[in-house]
Formats: sequence, C-alpha cells, structure tokens
Amino acid sequence: MSMASPVSDVADVADPGGETSVSAQSPRLLRRLLRRPVAVGCVTFLALLAGIAIVAPIMLPNVSSEQAGDLLTARQLPTGGHWLGTDTLGRDVFARLMVGTRITLVGVVEALAVVLAIGLPLGLAAGYFGGRLDRFVSWLADLAFSMPAIVIVLVVLSVFPQNMTAAMITFALIAAPGLTRIVRSATLPVREELYIAAAEVSGLSRPYIVARHILPRISGVVIVQASLLAGVALLVQTGLGFLSLVVPAPAPSWGGMIADGAKAIVLQPWLIWPPGLAVALTILVLGLLGDAVRDATTEGWAPPVRSGRRRPLVTSVESDRRGLSPECGSGRSQTALLSIEGLHVGFTSGASTRRVLEDVTLSINEGEAVGLVGESGCGKTTVAMAVLGLLTGSGQIEGGRIQFDGRDLGDLVERELREVRGRQIGLVSQEPIVGLTPVFRVGWLLAEAVRTHHDVSRREARARAVELLRQVHFADPEAAARRYPHELSGGMAQRVAIARALAGEPKLLIADEPTTALDVTVQAEILDLLRELQVKRNMALLLITHDWGVVADICDRAIVMYAGQIVEQAEVRSILQRPLHPYTEALLSASPNHASATECLSVIPGDVPRPGLWPTGCHFHPRCGYATSLCRAKAIPLELVKFDRQTRCIHHDKMAGSAPGTVTISKNGL
Amino acid sequence: MSEATAACEASAPLLDVRGLSVEFSTDRHRQPLRAVDGVDLTVARGETVGLVGESGSGKSTIGRTILGLTAPSSGRIVFDGSDITRANYRERRRISTHLQVVFQDPYSSLNPTRTVRQTLGEMLRNHRLSGAEVDERVNTMLERVGLGADAAGCYPAQFSGGQRQRIAIARALMVQPRLVICDEPVSALDLSVQAQILNLFRELQRDLGLSYLFIAHDLSVVRYLSHRIVVLYRGRVMEQGDASTVYDYPSHPYTRTLLDAALVPDAEEQRRRRDARRPLENAAGLTRGAACPFSPRCSHAVDVCRTQRPAVELTSRGSLVACILTKVNRHA
Repeated sequence: MSMASPVSDVADVADPGGETSVSAQSPRLLRRLLRRPVAVGCVTFLALLAGIAIVAPIMLPNVSSEQAGDLLTARQLPTGGHWLGTDTLGRDVFARLMVGTRITLVGVVEALAVVLAIGLPLGLAAGYFGGRLDRFVSWLADLAFSMPAIVIVLVVLSVFPQNMTAAMITFALIAAPGLTRIVRSATLPVREELYIAAAEVSGLSRPYIVARHILPRISGVVIVQASLLAGVALLVQTGLGFLSLVVPAPAPSWGGMIADGAKAIVLQPWLIWPPGLAVALTILVLGLLGDAVRDATTEGWAPPVRSGRRRPLVTSVESDRRGLSPECGSGRSQTALLSIEGLHVGFTSGASTRRVLEDVTLSINEGEAVGLVGESGCGKTTVAMAVLGLLTGSGQIEGGRIQFDGRDLGDLVERELREVRGRQIGLVSQEPIVGLTPVFRVGWLLAEAVRTHHDVSRREARARAVELLRQVHFADPEAAARRYPHELSGGMAQRVAIARALAGEPKLLIADEPTTALDVTVQAEILDLLRELQVKRNMALLLITHDWGVVADICDRAIVMYAGQIVEQAEVRSILQRPLHPYTEALLSASPNHASATECLSVIPGDVPRPGLWPTGCHFHPRCGYATSLCRAKAIPLELVKFDRQTRCIHHDKMAGSAPGTVTISKNGL
Repeated sequence: MSEATAACEASAPLLDVRGLSVEFSTDRHRQPLRAVDGVDLTVARGETVGLVGESGSGKSTIGRTILGLTAPSSGRIVFDGSDITRANYRERRRISTHLQVVFQDPYSSLNPTRTVRQTLGEMLRNHRLSGAEVDERVNTMLERVGLGADAAGCYPAQFSGGQRQRIAIARALMVQPRLVICDEPVSALDLSVQAQILNLFRELQRDLGLSYLFIAHDLSVVRYLSHRIVVLYRGRVMEQGDASTVYDYPSHPYTRTLLDAALVPDAEEQRRRRDARRPLENAAGLTRGAACPFSPRCSHAVDVCRTQRPAVELTSRGSLVACILTKVNRHA
C-alpha cells in the first residue's frame, strides 16, 4: 500500500531522477505544504483514507465474505448500531464502505503509477530530444486517442475476468499519451531556455539535465495532471465496480455499493449517498491537493515580486486622488502642455504600501523634447504610466496632480481618460512587435486606431492608415499596409508603432525606450523620424531612456531620476557637460564612450535600492562619494540652482568646480 | 601592429575558425538561409576579440556554432589544437572545461528552480570532488565575482540583473576555462551595472589569462574591451583588425556607417555627427550569390560589387577588409 504517504508520492514526481535531492527537498516541500491549511486538510483526509484502506480489512475480516446480514434490519437509515444504516441485504454500510476503500484506492494507485511511469519519460524525451523521436511519440499518442477506451477495457476484462489490475493498467496505457502530450508541450519552451544551452556547454549529461533542469520547471503541470488523472482513475474504478466487472460479488467496493444503492433507489434513496459522497469528496481533495502541492513546489524559487518589465496593461481607476494638495507649485504650469506636481505613486500588496514615486514634479511645454533618464527601477516608466492612467494592478496615485493641456487628469472619469490617452497622448513602447496583434494586417491595425479616435468611414480610415505609413517613411506604404506584423523587421515594427501612436494626432508622444531593442543604424533612423515628427507637428516628446547618446541626440531637456525621485533637471547641453548631481555625474562617467581602453571604468558601487528599501535622507547617499552626515539626516529637496536648472543635492556647488570631463562650450565650436 | 596581433601570429591561436558557414533551412522548397558565410577568425591566448554586427549578422550563430549548439554546414573550428567542428557529446564534455559561455539574458540563463550553489556546483560534477571541496570553490568564486559566499543558498529570483550576470560569469569560470564566449553579456544591463561587469571581465582576464570572444552590438563596449575587432554583415566578415585601427580608421563603408550611426553622449558632437551622416540607402534588399551583401545600401557601390564577392585585402594599417574600394584606394 503506497498510498500511505501521498505527499512523498508527489515529491517523487517532482524529482524522480534525484539521487540525493529527494531526500534533501522532500522535507522542505513537506514543511512548505503544511503551512497551507487546505493542504493540511487534504493530506489528513488522504492519510485517513490510506489508514482505513490498510486497517479496515484487517479489523473487519468477515465483511468481504459476508453474503448477507440480518435481513430483518435491511435498508435502515443511520442508527446507533449502524452508523450509516444497512444495505438491502442487511449488511452494515459503514463497515462495507471502510473495507471497500482498499480495492478502490489500489486501483487508483495502480493506474496513476503506470500513467506516470510511461507518460512522463516519453513526454520529456519527446520534448527534449525532438526530431524523429518526437514525431514517433506524437504518432503513438494520436493512435491511442483514436481508440475507444472503455471498449478496450471491457475486451481486456473478458480475457482476464474480474482482474482489476489488468483493467486499470489498460486504462493507464490509454490515458498515458494524454500526459505525454502535456509534458512534451511543457518541456518545449523550457528546452529553449539559455540555461539548458549553458548546461549542455558545461558537459552535463543529458539525463542529469532532464532530471534537474527540466523536470523541476514542469513539475507544477505534472502534479496538477497527476491529481486530475487520479480523479479520473477513481471514477473509472468506481464505474467498473458499479458494473461489478472488477470486484467479485460479496466483497465491497465503492462502485459496487453505488450499484447496490441504485437498485434500491426507490425503496431507500439514502443508500447511494455514503459511497457517492466518498467518491466525490476524494476527487475534490485530490484536485485541491494538486493545486496546493504545485504552489508549494514553486514558491521556493518563484520571484517574490513580479518583474516590472513584463507588466500587463491593466487600467486602475483612482477614485480618490482629488482633494490632495500639490506639494509644490510651479509657475510654469499655466503654459505647460503637461505638468505633474508632487506626484506620489505607491503599490499596495496586502496591508503594506511600497512607494515607487516620491514628489515628482515636472513639466513639458508644447513641442518640447524631454528625456527622462535613469536606470531600471528608478520609476521612469511609472511616471509615464501614471500620466496615461495605466498603472498596473495595485498601483495607486497617492498624491499630487497631473495636468494636461489645461485639464486635470484626476478630474476625468475613465471614459474621458481613454479619450485623452491615445488621442492626445500617444505611447510608443520598447518592444513594438508585442503591441501589434499578430493576426491583423498592419493597415487594418492602423485603420482601427484611426477609427477609434476619429469618426470616419472604413475607406477613409484605410486611406489615412496608408498616409500614416507614408509619414513614417515606408517606401511603399500600400504594400506595407498589407503586411502582417511578423513580416516586419524591428525598425519597421517600431515605425508602425509610431504611426499608430500618431493616429489620434497627439500633442504629446511618450516613447518608452523606443530604440533600445534596435540596431544602431536603425536607431538613428527612428530618432531622425521622431525629430522630424516633433518639429513638423509641434508635438511634445517625453522620451524615457537610459542611453545618454539618445538624450544628446534628440532631447532639449533632461530629467534624471533615481530611486523614485527626480534628482536633476536641466537643459541637455549643460547637464552633459556639467552635471550637478553625483548620480548624474556617476552615470555619465560609467559610459564606456570616452573611456580609454587601458583604464578601469568608474563605477557606482552597489545597486539601485528597490522601492520600499530607500534609505532615509538622500536616496543616493549610500553610493555617493560626496555624502556627509547632512545627507543622511533628512530628505533633500529639489533646489532651483539657476533658471531651469534643478538638483536634489546639497553639494552641487562643490561639484560645479570639479566635474570631470568638463568641456567649455567654445571648444566644441559654438 | 599591436602586441596582441603580434602575439597572435607568434604562437598558434587558441581558437581558429576557417571558412565557417552555417545554413538554416526555413522551408523545404526554399533555398536555405545562409546565416554565416565563410567566416575566418582567430582568438589568441589572453586576447579579447570583439564580434560586432547588427541583428541578423550571424554573430550569435558563430558563437553557438563554436559552442556546439548549432551545427555548421562547412568550415573548420580548431580549439586548442584539436578539431571540434563536429565533436560529439562525449568530446564536447571533455572540451567543456576549457570553453565556456556567458549569455545575454541573465533571466533565461539561470534556472530559477536551482539555488546558486547548485547552479555553480553542478559545473564540477565531472570533477569528482567532495561536497566540502565543491562548496569551498563555489564560495571562492562568488567572492571573486563580488557577490559574497552568502549568496550561495539563494535562488536567482532574489538577485538583480547585474547580480545574476555575475552569477552567470561565476558559473562559466567554475571550471577554469581558457576561452569564454560572451554573447551580448552586458546589453541587458543598466549603465552603472554594465560598467561594473566590464571591469570584472577585464580584471578576470588579467588575473586568469582568459581569452574572450566578445559578441556585442554596442560599439563603445566592444571598443573598450577588445584587442581586435571583427565586423560582420549578413554573415560575412566586412573588416577585421586592431580595435583602435578599426575605430579610428575604418576602411569598409559598412564599418563607417556603423560608427557614424553610434550615438555619443555629447549634444554638440552628436549634432555634428548627425549632420555629417549620410542617409543610408533604404533598399535593404537581400543579395544573392557572390555579391557584396552591403552593396544594396552602400553609397560607393559599383557594378562589380553586385556580381563579385570582394576579395579580402590587407590595408596599409594592417586591417583585413572585404571591399573593392580598399584595392582601388591603395592603387590610387
């Protein structure tokens, strides 16, 4: 009886190739599992069931051979003497249910063991090795799918009458290809991961790679499938028991008891309830346990926080951002196209809130190109998303004001916000191809965008789509409109994305790392295009980037962000030549552009602190060479140094004199 | 000629690739796609060779072919004196202690289900070491790449991109390789982290005498790290030579295009470069057969470029250039 420990069963599934790791991982897995109340309940239930399966036939040896009980007390409802009543022949239902557990569970375990033993290795091999083996396995699976399972089981039972093992193995053989397919398709993407290539380069043996690198990744799928299959196997076993094909007459099984109950359903409807509930409850518990075990196996290595880069674009409507007073006013907000004042953004998880933006104040004038610079995790993209009202999941604007073209975006309802987004503010993202639905042609995608923002006929929209493609310099816009997104190169896809952003004739285009994924020559073309559109349409540009070269090429003004704050803001030439914040200075000198090939690059020690782990005082002080006790004491305000030049550093006057790489303007030919 | 080139000629190179071609068949009815077309390159001991090119230039395919992850269709790869062009899995396992890799994506290149200790420790599986010895070497290596031994028990998800790349570098160095193929190892990293990793690469080369084949599209990064540079376009070598020569005196029109398009973090300089930049021919059409693959976009292209494969010529500065202009200029 191996059902005694269902947990270790599943742990074996998660790592059957492990010589040492089963012993090393199982206890940890068990501990993680036991932290989940649902899992504890399920494990207790199955352990109880297994205990009954072992003990009951020993404690009640006469039940399986008992032809009939006291016929005078037949078909009784539960009483003190018979907890679950008596059946049509006066036998105790409770005793029969207990004793019948063994045969039922043995059937399930047999089937599950055979399915896993065949389906798992075949699926892994087909997915990992591919080629001819894969085709052969797929062919085998197709063959198995075309067979009528129940007919074959019945045929087998006619050869081996009343042989449950034969019946369950036959069922398992027919069910295994289904698991094979699922395991194979789960293996395929894992096989493409670079760490598999790295493991192969490292000369690790193939069985080792499959057991240690692939299997743990797909264990979740396998466990869920195993629990579902166990449920199906239970149903099949019960069904065969119902037809009295696998358990000879007086011996009890759950299926047989349901059959007895069904025969007497008019006289005593109660009789089908105890075995029926036992079946239903067991299947439910198997399903719940499968989910719990899967969650427990993956929680060890699953990332604690979702990576911000792969965010779903879920809209959250902030209901209560009005009534919060802006913390600092700026005189320019009347003329600016976009003005953000004292913006605070936080992400809520459970009871705690992690702040990701702190007191962000900036403005963009009409037709101006502004670069938002910083490393990942500094909050650049969050600023853009807050402006567009596209903060993910639990993202909330906690304070501050965003004004666009004289309107407070906080006052707008979702419908009005949709109108602003897309029509007046366009967005171009880093990976253009991801934003283009692959099943539609480029022309259709653009025409749809045009129709969203303008009330025009299909034909007119189509003509405008072609015109937009011409504006982004497709040599043959008609031909381009007929293409599918996957037929475009990276640069072309980015131009299509820009064309789509232009469909609403926006006054502001937000471009989030628009050239990062592109080749240098294509990058130059895209920047030229953006510059041209900016000038021609008097369109403002908010360019989010980490590349100083892009800033130097296209931006009028640069805003540097670090750990959720704006740390410096100035006109591009002056910031590049004379940074007034240590972070800007460090970021500029970390670029290998001017470095001589013999010297080490200057680096900023450590990493950007994650939101929620920001130090008190200046956020940059732990990594800063200028830091003094004053920097650690309290928050540093953004200080206006001179006209249109701000820095969040109290040592900027020391830097102004000693900035490395300071070049006078005249030297550069002005 | 620099010391690196001289050293390369003095002794047999560590890696010698001759006439390497790799073809991918996309469709049974179409002609196979030639991703790499007759590439020659060498890497000397202790040398860094930068492999530069745009996407589709075949630079990553060359790296994967050397590593045995992609099969070549013709050519020869000699590593440390032995031919590994068609090495089987057993031979690959033997070479694996000398030849290692660092990939671009620090997220995909580490198995999220394995702790750092497991990831680094499994590299020594074929070395028959005791658990304590493995742990010691793992800890030493983690210290070496600047992470600290306490990182060993953590899963990759607990680290940032830069830290993950350090783990990937540590993994490559566990077996004390001679050549590390670096496939865009810093392009997914932030600027300040990139600088840390570049310094680490350089430090490790100085201390351990490593050779790198450094594949990248960022010219400033390649220039900073490489002794020699190979410029690829559509699977062919356009130009190769000393890093400083290729950068300061580019001979091939494509190398010049590439250098002109690179951005510099200086507004005035950038404006000057932008104005001086020639608009690139937009007809990025594919060439067939022997033609120079750059000819449809090249502003210097003449008829012969579209029919003949340009011979590789040695320039007066010591670079090898596959362009007929080189010959013309020298005769002029």
